[in-house]
Parts: sequence; structure tokens; C-alpha cells
Amino acid sequence: MAECRVKPVAVASPPAARRPRPLLAARLRTAAAALLAAGLVASGPALAGKKDDTLRMAYDQAPENVDPYYNNVRIGVIIAANVWDTLLYRDPMTNEYKGQLAKSWTQVDDKTIDFELREGVKFHNGEEFDADSVVYTLNFVADPKNKAVTQQNVSWIDKVEKLGKYKVRLTTKEPFPGAKEYLSTTVAIHPAKYYQEVGPQGMNAKPVGSGPYMVTDYQPGKSITLARNPNYFKESPKGQPKIGKVIIRFIPDRQTQLAEAISGGEDLIMNVAKDQADQIKAVPTLQVVAGKTMRIVFLQMNVQDGGPASQLKDVRVRKAIMHAIDRETIVKNIVGEGGEILNSLCTPSQVGCTAEGVPVYKYDPALSKKLLAEAGFPDGFEIPIAAYRERNQTEAIINYLQAVGIRAKLNFLQYAAMRDMARGNKTALTHQTWGSNLVNDVSASTPVYFGGGADDLAHDPEIIKLLDEGDHTIDPAKRTAAYQKALALIGERAYAVPLWLLPAYYVANKDLSMTAYPDELVRFWDMSWK
Amino acid sequence: MLAFTLKRLGLAALVALTVSVLAFLLLHLSGDPAVALAGEGARQADIDMVRKMYGLDRPLAVQYADWLWHMLQGDFGTSVYFKTPAGPLIFSKLQTTLLLGLAALGVALAISIPLGVLAALYKDSLADRLCLAVAVLGQALPNFFFALLLIMLFSLTLRWLPVSGSGTWQHFVMPALALGYYVAPAFMRLIRAGMIEVLGADYIRTARAKGLPATTVVFKHALRNAIVPVVALAAVQLGYLLGGSVVIETIFALDGLGYLAYQSITFKDFPVMQLIVLLLSVLYVLLTLASDIANAWLDPRIRVS
Repeated sequence: MAECRVKPVAVASPPAARRPRPLLAARLRTAAAALLAAGLVASGPALAGKKDDTLRMAYDQAPENVDPYYNNVRIGVIIAANVWDTLLYRDPMTNEYKGQLAKSWTQVDDKTIDFELREGVKFHNGEEFDADSVVYTLNFVADPKNKAVTQQNVSWIDKVEKLGKYKVRLTTKEPFPGAKEYLSTTVAIHPAKYYQEVGPQGMNAKPVGSGPYMVTDYQPGKSITLARNPNYFKESPKGQPKIGKVIIRFIPDRQTQLAEAISGGEDLIMNVAKDQADQIKAVPTLQVVAGKTMRIVFLQMNVQDGGPASQLKDVRVRKAIMHAIDRETIVKNIVGEGGEILNSLCTPSQVGCTAEGVPVYKYDPALSKKLLAEAGFPDGFEIPIAAYRERNQTEAIINYLQAVGIRAKLNFLQYAAMRDMARGNKTALTHQTWGSNLVNDVSASTPVYFGGGADDLAHDPEIIKLLDEGDHTIDPAKRTAAYQKALALIGERAYAVPLWLLPAYYVANKDLSMTAYPDELVRFWDMSWK
Repeated sequence: MLAFTLKRLGLAALVALTVSVLAFLLLHLSGDPAVALAGEGARQADIDMVRKMYGLDRPLAVQYADWLWHMLQGDFGTSVYFKTPAGPLIFSKLQTTLLLGLAALGVALAISIPLGVLAALYKDSLADRLCLAVAVLGQALPNFFFALLLIMLFSLTLRWLPVSGSGTWQHFVMPALALGYYVAPAFMRLIRAGMIEVLGADYIRTARAKGLPATTVVFKHALRNAIVPVVALAAVQLGYLLGGSVVIETIFALDGLGYLAYQSITFKDFPVMQLIVLLLSVLYVLLTLASDIANAWLDPRIRVS
């Protein structure tokens, strides 16, 4: 049956790189992609997007709703950042916070922030931006009755009050140091009158924001067309948009996207696999842009009682696994340009993330075998390993484990299924990746896997306490100290093998001038034609 | 005849019901819908909130009964992913898929009838072997791979057709070819076998003996009889084409029912997926029924018995 050949796609973001796969279908796909790239290098010139000042981008998933609070896909975040503005702005290079719709802000106490708003900003429909926009939008989306799907972005908000026409007060439910991060990335501000009138469905049908691009046409499931906002406010830290028109088309198949790029039908595609990106380098009309991401990769070890591998309860076994994997070689040969070795279990750019004081486990198979022998496993043992993306990386890890006697059996699953298994205490080793949902604060990464929640397979009370302290402390120095101690303990007790940061490859028209940022946010306003 | 039809329809309803129960169970047992809905970044509390919001915390049987009850009242439910009524959502996509399915069926018949006749006329010759090769290739070549080959040829090398999308008729050429070629072999072999049998029949010998032109004998006398089983197959294959266009729609970015089904499985959008399953099983059953009627019309013997 043809249906059987649908490749599994993780809900979050699909696999970036894939090489050795035993499936015939997968091989054929790879072969076809190679043919596409290799056979067509010589074909004619691309239609230049520069000529009609239109940037054509393809993405594999269509958002279910364009309203930023009612979709959970990356392209939704990309559209949101280009069409809407947030109160604050984080400079992607320096990670410094600046005011966007807010001119300035004051932390009144642990739970209260006051914002002085910018005057003279207009939404795309002409509606004026003021305190009402902020108050209505945030109180609406934070109310569970309104069923926002991005609960993680808004559930920390207690209430927002109007203090004046251009002044608001935001109260969080608990001290929430990550507030600024959310307010600068995902918490978009809607025009109050319009949003009140049409609601999320109307916002989806005819999106209105205040950002550098306006939605001029939207065909749900097919495409969305953006035009430069000629009245974009001059003081915005985003700067003025340069490219006149952007068309985003939703093309689910990666090979098709590649074919579109080669044929000149699309000017920009993202999440291109490393092997395909390498081949694309030979196409004269295209360029490959490599960038870092915020996505960390690690091998989680289940040390809980009743788990499928009691061997992992012995810290010597866990350290043996740490020493068994040659991360440098894997990063160089498989992960590729833009990949970076991790020593601490958080994204290095995140506020509060540090590798200081965290032990580094060098590749040392002899030491690994010695540790295994000391733990009573001179001949190694068999253990299941669960994974959901970057299968070639999992396979490399399996080979290294095999070399010291640990025979890992691969169980390759869909993300949701793997997550359920891990939460049900049914996994031993789990090849995890975590993108922190773009949030550049350590509270969005380490606590998810070590803070005592459902995804925590270590449940170390000392670490849980430290992370909780970090999550609820506003004083930066005290906060950093708590996280640093927790990260060091995670390393010392070897609960997970920190592996690497995933790179991302973009294929773009040669005429396009673009920067790849680690947050994988495509900033159209920042792009121009060469 | 009426009793027979009613019995068939009752059976069909049971089949559709069973399929929907299975689909419901499979979708719920393959992972937590609330996790899929809340997205990767969600915390446990957020997932619990989503689960409660969408009534996913109720027992499976209750959820299913609730769906069925609303269904019987003509309320097709609301997509938990797109947040719009599932009925209009599905029907808005049906047109693309129907168009693709019919075009693919046309392609399949356009390939298989001439080749099937040719293979039968020149049985065991080189032409027959070549037709066999075409059939084997069509059956063996995964359709997504064939689709990519088509893209390479028509879009990248010749630059005649757009790679993907659904705006113009040109957008449907490659998808229809890819999908049609995949189902053509079954027709081809059926026509070949039917033609060989018919061509050996007495009345064909008589027709030839009367001195009728070869084309009249082959196309008017022989093909008309050999094509009867093809009609039955065509109806069933159309059902398959409608349900089986998932991969092709995905490759060519055609915004049809197949792609919607793929999305609804990925995002555990059960109201949509269940409605699609129901719709397709009903269509399948109806097409099979239609093929019986068409057969009866084409072959008087069936009518009489």
C-alpha cells in the first residue's frame, strides 16, 4: 500500500540529516535526491527573485492557524516575528534586550514588571497601538477559557493592567525570570479592537499585526503572501524591511522543495539535510548557508526504579557510557559544519547556561571498559536505545557503545510515542534533542529534563531543588549560581551524555543576502538582495 | 433485488463503523493526542490543560460514543488542530483529490487499454514482453520515486511543468502520471487476459471470416467484451486512488484530502481523521456498488441472473 511509505515526521521539527537507513524506500529517496542534485547542476539558470523583488520560501508544514497563540509550528513563529511585534526585542547577536513596542521597562518586584509603551505605532489596519492592545491581547490569551495552544508562552501571566494610555503593569503568577525572554520572542501584541471583534479565527482569516511585514494574501494550507510594511515605525530595533514581497508556500516533501530550489521556483528552503546541502553547493544559482541552532542533543539515561535497565543505576556504568562516545569524530564527520560539542546540558547561548565547573568526559574506550568491569560487566550488556530523529547519529553512538561491549538495540519512534515511553519509565537510553522552543533562557531547557517533571528520568532531589531555586529567583547572580551548581551535579552524577548542538542548513538563491541565526528564526526584515 | 441492496448497504454501514472504531483506537494508542496538540515545548501542566480543554481526559469509550452520537446527528465535529468544523474542511479538499483521482484513472486507462490490446494481439512476441516490462516497472517502482524522476525530467531538465502546487492544470500532469502509472499494470494485465480469451472465441472467428476490418473486430467486437471486468476494477481502483494519493499529494504539494489525512495523523486530529476514514470507506463501498450496476448494464447476462 502506498500509505505505508509515508515517512514519519516528528511533531516538533523533522529530521535534519539522514544517511544510512536499511529501508529500501529511504534509500530510494536518498538516491532520488542525489539524482536531483547531481543530474541537474548543469541545467539552466534560475528565475531570479531579485528581478521582481519577491522572496519565495518553501516550508514543509502549514500552520493550523496564523494567530501566533493558536499554532505550535516553527513556521508559525517565523510568520509571527515578521508580521507582529512584541513588547521587547532580543538582539540575536548580542542577546541583549531592547524595547520594541515598549520603550522601557522596570522590574517593580519579583512578580511585577511595568512597561512604558511607544507612542505613534500603528497596526496594519490603521488601528493605533496603546495600553489597550497589550492589556486585551495578554489577558485574552492567558485565560485558559480561550484555549490558546501555546500555553507554555502565556500560562505564567497572571494579569495585565492599564496604568495609563501608554503604561501597563504585568503581574506573573510566580517570580518568573524567563518573562523577558517570552515577551521578546513569542508573546505577540494584537490590535485590541480588531481582535475583540474577530477573535482568533478572524485573526487567522485576515491577520493584522504591527510588524515589518503585512499579510496580503493567505490560502490556508497552501501559501501566505507578505508585503513590506511601508509605515513600519522607524525606532523599531528590527530595522526597516528591504525586500518588497515574500511568498511562503507549504510544500510537505523535502525532495520537492529541493527540486523547486534547483528549478528556481523557490528562493529559500530550510532544514536541508547535510548530505543534500553538500551536493547543492555545486548548483551555480544557489548558496548553502550553515548556521548553529539552539537544539541540544543528548543521551538521557533512565536511573529510576523499575526502569528497563537496572545497570544504569550504577554511576560507573553511566560514566563508562560517557567515556565511550567519540563526540569530536561524530561532530566532524556526521553532524557537520555548525555543529558544536556540548559539555553542559543546556544551550550555550541561554541566560544561565554554563559549562563552568561541569566535568568533561574525554573519549577513552579503555577507561570505559575498565569502569564497566569494575561495575561487574566485564563483557558488557544489552540495552535498548530509543530515538526519533537524526538516526545516523544514533547509529554512530550505537557503534561506539558496541566497541566497549554495550550492545544497544535501536527503537526508532515518532516523537510523541518516544516521549510517552520515556514518561512511562519504559526507556533505558534515549537519544533526545531539545530546541527550548526558541527561549533563550536556561529555564526552558535543563529543568525540563532534570526539574522533577514528567521528562525527568533522574529525579535527583538535590538537582530538582537547585533548578527550582534558579527558576524562581530574580536576582541574576543568585540565579546563575543555582543553575551552575545543578549543571555541575548533573555532570558529576552522569545522568545524561551531553552530545552536541545541531547545525542547520539553508539553501538560498545566490542573490539573497541572509544570516542564519541560532534561534532558527527566519528574519525577512533582515534580508536583502545582493 | 431491493432486499439484496439493503443487505449490502447494512453491511457497508457495519464495515464503516468497524473501520472507524479501529482508526480511533489506533490513533489513540499510538501516542497521547494532548502531547501532540500542545507541541514540543509544552510543560506537563500545559499538556494537562490542553487535555482537559479538549475533553481528552475522558475514557476512550466515552470519547468514541460522544463522537458517534454527534455524527449521527449530522454534527461532524471540529478539527482539534485547525479549530474549524471538520465537515467543510474535508469537503473543501475533496475537489482536488477527486480531480487527481479521475485524472489518474484516465492516465491509467490511456496507458493500459492500448498496451493491453497490443500485448494480447501479439501474444508472446517482443511487443508483449515490452508491455509486460512496462507493467512490471509500474508495479515495482514506488510511486514517490517515479514522481521524483518525472520532476527531474519535466521540471528540471525540460522545464515544461511546474514542480509543485495546484494552481493550474499543468500542476496536475505529473501527479496524475505518477499515480496513474502505479495502477495501470493491473488494468493492463486484465485487458490482456480478457482480450486473449475473447479473441479465441467463436464469434470473433466468425467476424473475421465475414471479412470485417481488423480494427472493427478488435475494438468493436473483442474489446467491448474484454472491458467488462475493467469497469469493475476501475471503480475499485478509483477508491484506491482517492485514499492512496497521500504520498503523491505530499510530494507535489497538492492541498487535497490525502495531505489532510497525513496531517491529521501526524497531529492526532482525530475528528478529521475519523471523518476522512468514514468518507473513504463509504466511497469505496459505493463505488463497488456502482461497479456492480455498471457491470449489469454492460453484460446482459448479469442482469438476467
